[in-house]
Amino acid sequence: MAQEYRIVLANAGKIDPASLDDYLNAGGYKSLEKARAMAPKEVIELVRNSKLRGRGGAGFNAGMKWGFVPESAPVTYVVCNLDEGEPGTYKDRTIVENDPHLLLEGMAICAHAIRSKQGYIYCRGEYPYVVEHLNRAIAQAKQRGVLGDFDIEVRMGGGAYVCGEETALIESIEGHRGEPRFKPPFPGVAGLWGKPTVVNNVETFANLPAIIKNGAEWFASIGSPSYPGTKVFTLTGDVVNRRAFEVPTNTTIRELIFDLGGGIPNGKRFKAVQIGGTSGAFIPEHLLDTPLDFDSMRNAGVTLGTGAVFVMDETRDIVDVVTRIAKFFEHESCGKCNPCREGTFRSYELMKKINAGQATPDDVQKLTTLSKVMTKACLCGLGQAAPTPILTTLEHFRDDYQRRLLAAIS
Amino acid sequence: MIRLTINGREVEVPRGSTLLEACQMHGIEIPTLCYDPDLRLAGSCRMCIVECQNRPLYLAACVAPAEEGMVIETHSPGIIEARKVILELLAARHDFSCQTCDKNGDCKFQDYCYEYGIKESRFQDGGRHIYTVDDPNPFLERDYNKCIMCTRCVRACEEITVARAINVEHRGHHAKIATAFDGYLEDSPCVFCGQCIMVCPTGALTSKVSAGKGRAFEVDRVLTTCTYCGTGCTLELNVKDDRVVGVSSNRDENWSPVNKGALCVKGRFGWDFINSPDRLTTPLIKENGEFREASWDEALDLVARRLQEVKDQYGPDSLAFFSSARVTNEENYLAQKFTRAVLGTNNVDHCARL
Amino acid sequence: MTNSIGELEKDARCIFVIGSNPTENHPVIGMKIKKNVLYNGAKLIVADARYTDLASIADVYMPHLPGSDVALLNAMINVIISEGLADQKFIEEHTEGYEEMAKVVSKYTPEYAETITGVPAEDIRKAARLYAQSGPATICYAMGLTQHSTGTDNVKSVCNLAMVTGNIGRPGAGVDPLRGQNNVQGACDMGCLPNVYTGYQAVTNEAARAKFEEAWKVKLPDKNGLTLTETINKAHHGEIKALYVMGENPMMSDPDLHHVEEALKNLDFLVVQDIFLTETAQLADVVLPGACFAEKDGTFSNTERRVQRVRKAVNPPGQARADWEILCDLATRMGYPMSYDSAEEIFAEITSLTPSYAGMSYQRLEGKGLQWPCPTPEHPGTAILHKDGNFTRGKGAFSAIEYKAPFEVPDEEYPLVLTTGRSLFHYHTGTMTRRCQALDEHVPEAKLEVHPELAAKLDIADGERVRLSTRRGSIEIKVQLTERLRPDVVFTTFHFAEAAVNWLTQSELLDPVAKIPEYKVSAARIDKI
Repeated sequence: MAQEYRIVLANAGKIDPASLDDYLNAGGYKSLEKARAMAPKEVIELVRNSKLRGRGGAGFNAGMKWGFVPESAPVTYVVCNLDEGEPGTYKDRTIVENDPHLLLEGMAICAHAIRSKQGYIYCRGEYPYVVEHLNRAIAQAKQRGVLGDFDIEVRMGGGAYVCGEETALIESIEGHRGEPRFKPPFPGVAGLWGKPTVVNNVETFANLPAIIKNGAEWFASIGSPSYPGTKVFTLTGDVVNRRAFEVPTNTTIRELIFDLGGGIPNGKRFKAVQIGGTSGAFIPEHLLDTPLDFDSMRNAGVTLGTGAVFVMDETRDIVDVVTRIAKFFEHESCGKCNPCREGTFRSYELMKKINAGQATPDDVQKLTTLSKVMTKACLCGLGQAAPTPILTTLEHFRDDYQRRLLAAIS
Repeated sequence: MIRLTINGREVEVPRGSTLLEACQMHGIEIPTLCYDPDLRLAGSCRMCIVECQNRPLYLAACVAPAEEGMVIETHSPGIIEARKVILELLAARHDFSCQTCDKNGDCKFQDYCYEYGIKESRFQDGGRHIYTVDDPNPFLERDYNKCIMCTRCVRACEEITVARAINVEHRGHHAKIATAFDGYLEDSPCVFCGQCIMVCPTGALTSKVSAGKGRAFEVDRVLTTCTYCGTGCTLELNVKDDRVVGVSSNRDENWSPVNKGALCVKGRFGWDFINSPDRLTTPLIKENGEFREASWDEALDLVARRLQEVKDQYGPDSLAFFSSARVTNEENYLAQKFTRAVLGTNNVDHCARL
Repeated sequence: MTNSIGELEKDARCIFVIGSNPTENHPVIGMKIKKNVLYNGAKLIVADARYTDLASIADVYMPHLPGSDVALLNAMINVIISEGLADQKFIEEHTEGYEEMAKVVSKYTPEYAETITGVPAEDIRKAARLYAQSGPATICYAMGLTQHSTGTDNVKSVCNLAMVTGNIGRPGAGVDPLRGQNNVQGACDMGCLPNVYTGYQAVTNEAARAKFEEAWKVKLPDKNGLTLTETINKAHHGEIKALYVMGENPMMSDPDLHHVEEALKNLDFLVVQDIFLTETAQLADVVLPGACFAEKDGTFSNTERRVQRVRKAVNPPGQARADWEILCDLATRMGYPMSYDSAEEIFAEITSLTPSYAGMSYQRLEGKGLQWPCPTPEHPGTAILHKDGNFTRGKGAFSAIEYKAPFEVPDEEYPLVLTTGRSLFHYHTGTMTRRCQALDEHVPEAKLEVHPELAAKLDIADGERVRLSTRRGSIEIKVQLTERLRPDVVFTTFHFAEAAVNWLTQSELLDPVAKIPEYKVSAARIDKI
């Protein structure tokens, strides 16, 4: 029976998140002290050796990312991505609500490693109370002096999904339209206001205090070797326990849904699970034994994403769900690049047609061609991933489409 | 120098080159819509995508750095298909009224549709936005039914003119170029320089003053120097049937050293005085307080006689010549030569102080 | 300009714009300045009675009272000297007359200048420090500085400021007068001035005169002629009897049009050669139809001394002819045969007589043109004058200049300062732009810019027609309320014959050296109609 293993949620429910003393009594900010006694290079080396990989979706080695920041750069920034815009994802909010200082400490460790004096937390526009919560924590930390000369400012998003993409997030902090930049240059070289910038997800930062405290080897030995540690998953949909779980990364999808999640309610059968958020793949039953680590998932042709787990039972209409998802992307495309701006719009048009039973097989062919071009030609992850639900459902749930087309023909 | 393979050919390019530059250096044509060498890169039209071995995504050549050992295909079947899809997506939002468009024959979007054989779009079922064309300013026609959202106008406004009058509003398919709150240009910081027309690759932005007067393939472009202020901008007079029908500009620094193609409202839209019906077309002689037309012989003989009479009667210093800061050096030279050598006085000046 | 336009876009680290509104009057230069300031970190200081587009992005904006330029500039120099920001090495090695100048400016403390200019002393200090300490600095000025009875003093003060900080002769460091007309530089270079031949060779210099006499094969007059404004005055007195006007419109552009009109009517004979029947042409005895820039070959010299080609695109309308052809024909009829096959042939004669143009030819002008001086066929042209502080005349001369009040200062009867200028959408006397459909549709009439405070005091509303008067006369004009101006200053343009502001300007007191009229300061009043 799979079990939770808590690193980033270790303090959750055990301390008063509004109390800095509670956090300090639980050993808080000791890791920062320890990191500051080390050379910045050593901190980066330690994080790299821990094999901590970004928890925001791209899964890049965090220490390596920090290593891109030139040592000679006079001004650098640490940016925390708390723009948790993926529908069905609430892990970052859960971490910050329960343990805000853990995030601040993690950011301060990163700041020491890249010699930064200024951090920003970019908070989702729909989380105004989280902003208050964080500002209180920052004020406490400053008053107590635990952050030293590192300052953190909370910036609020305006509700655009694309601002979860790190370069669009940077544009937004700079006061521009939330549109992604092309890469390279990567933020590590030219990020916020053109300065070297590390952008990491809340969960990534939240792992750092424990890694500094317990060492790289400790962390590397947890879960899957190539994507070690834990991952917080948020369960939604047709599952009994709809809440966040922190599990080692070698836990399988089946264990997560059926052991921890308590399975499908009301005696219904499992049909599909979408992992990683709205742009995640739809996974059929035969892939449920895939471990929830980045590489295993990728080998199975799906992405790990942010950790959203959306479970659907046998009564769910896949084509209808995908049509709604297509509408979401049509709404959230920023409009910068052609294939995404026009492609998300036309995809939604075609999905509506299919969903309404008015489509021909030719329409499905068009949709497939368009989707494949989008995955390879779009400027940023939004457009590249937007067709994933369409392509994976066409692969694994083709009958659902076929039935709609037959209806159209008859 | 770094070495890479493009379409099976090994080539060398300087470090720091983009893939687009690498291709251009070696004579490989890559289609571009949003790319403009004078503007900040956008990397957004995705027409310049190329395939790179061992990379899962296509690379936009205009922004992708060339790297050692890259193996690039610029016209693979996948790339051709992707470009066709992109063109069809744009075609689905584009008003194809090429027959009456001022940019017919001078439109990059038209060129690529032709090259890639896009006769109609697979994706136009869902219709498109219909934008009203109603900006009342007398200079610039803004027809967003023809806009392909390359944002070159936005970048030119921001980076060349620094007026920052326009930007993208809304998101996704609803995105549109607009002034703040989508008002008229005259209520924005727009200075009507028309740099946006200069960079627009389609017929979305055109000159109202030149509308219907001559398309690119019908006009000759004569490079010359602007007749207004002292900046000395280079511009091109567009000529059709011995009439000036418009102004365009040359963006090559070697031909447009001062302004690199940038103009102001007077330079770009202030040319039609040339064709004004008020132009003087014949010498005039005043008789009894009224002008009458005269031949050159009659008029010049009269002028020669009267000037000579005054000179003879009152001396050369009773004569004066006002030359002009608007005529050429050669004419100014002759004006002072005429005054000094023929009239015999140094009473020559012009409006330098006025 | 001592320097080149391109330097305003990148090399200048500080730009001081005084009496110039480039975004309207030299728009492409304005674009380059904005780019440098907004994207490239250059500092910007603007001194102007009107809050111009550039003022809105300036680091320091100084709305000084029109005509108080010398006081303002002296105070900036005062700050630079007293705070030890002067470039002593440059002053010692490259200049003369520093002591006298320093003595005069010593009394122009920022506080004293504030009483004359109305600019807060602290802003003057800030501007002086910024100008002296930002790196290569360029001063841009235009008619707002020069069209004063103290115009020459104003320009000399600008030069003092540049020299005291060593801002001469390096990329981005110079003094750049922005010239208002396409070929005003060329007209001066070509000797359309009463005292010099081409390339500023003095008519009183015997060697120069001998050279031209030999080339032109004629005896030439040896004393300086009359300036334009003096000519009008002499015509008024009956001493000038005949006038030939080519491509000018003094009946709009000159000060005190009553006076001009009387003068022109007083002539025995007036010839006007132009492309339109201008206000001046209407007074002529004979009108000759010339060709516009699109209808002939030639060259223009721009404000950065760059000589560039003008190319014929179309034929002139009807019987109209290129102006140079008309002059040749006339000269020949007057017994002095002048015959050239082309403009290029005339240019060759120019280069043979003009050292600063000597290295030029049409072939070399193809493409980027050439900036004078360009003395030999191999010379690449000169982007920066007075390179490294080596002044053309040897040492740079400081001038000790005292502030003098304008000819007219506001009084009880005429309590306002009227100042004039141009709009982005029109050019000079409007002869061309008023006949451009789009330009005239966009800005069809003159407006008198009035501050709302003043309007409230006079009980006049936006758009109301008022009577604007000076001691010379009055015009009716529509009011436009704007906070761009000081409440004691009103502004209008001189493009519109319907409300020609030069009926109001004065021609009595000109700048004693340059003979420039004081368009920028007239005492005026506004009355309700």
